[in-house]
Amino acid sequence: MNLPVPLIVLIIILCLAGTGLYCLLITRNLIKVVVALQLIIKGAMLAFVLAGNLTGQINTGQTLALTVIVADTIVAVIGLALAVQVRLRTGSLDLKSLSKLKR
Amino acid sequence: MVYVLLGIGILVCAVLAVVSKRLLISAIWLALTSALVSIILYLLGAHHIAVIELSVGAGLVTVLFVFAINIAGEDITALKSIVPKPIALALIIGALALLVFLVLRAVGVIPLPNAFVTQSEILWQPRYLDLLLQIALIFAGVLGVLGLLADSKPVQKAEVEEEEEDL
Repeated sequence: MNLPVPLIVLIIILCLAGTGLYCLLITRNLIKVVVALQLIIKGAMLAFVLAGNLTGQINTGQTLALTVIVADTIVAVIGLALAVQVRLRTGSLDLKSLSKLKR
Repeated sequence: MVYVLLGIGILVCAVLAVVSKRLLISAIWLALTSALVSIILYLLGAHHIAVIELSVGAGLVTVLFVFAINIAGEDITALKSIVPKPIALALIIGALALLVFLVLRAVGVIPLPNAFVTQSEILWQPRYLDLLLQIALIFAGVLGVLGLLADSKPVQKAEVEEEEEDL
């Protein structure tokens, strides 16, 4: 079975996005939420590069992927900082404990 | 064949990152996913991004995860998921099927300019707004790191004061 490369990469992108979205829906742990976001963002980045590769404009794809990597890192930093602060204040990493912060 | 093996590796690592009970193990599987994704990026011809993804995605972000898990501690208590798992699975399959449908419909519709330009030309001219966004994001990241470290200092000071009082 010889699948074309773009189709294989597209399947990988869908798997990454699907796994990340599934984790986002089922988890209540704040750090796991950041892990799920990382998986989705990796799928998006791969999609940009695949689109650049298919259209012969790999440099445009790389430029967009660079922006995605910066945003991805900052999302991880902010998310982890939020998780640590919630843990220090409420003693739990549960998503529902975020509602206690408003009191 | 290489792509199929890499794809299977990425899928296995991503699933293990999601189902792993311990957060530290989960972070390590995520780093491995990043490393495999960077190999695919390299094979697709995006050499710069592959290197950046390997150093930032598999390196820096993993260090941040380990640092945060060390401060916050492992929270192994199994929490009941917000959405029931079968419904979540059905929603994901529906969303992905819709995505595939929209992608296939858009193929060949969008006109493409043929002029070849280098990456730096794209970054500094048509997409210069991205650079401004990246600068803003980096400042937000600095504030995030300050948030990550915020409470550790007062706790240490309080401990030192308590120790001095004991002496």
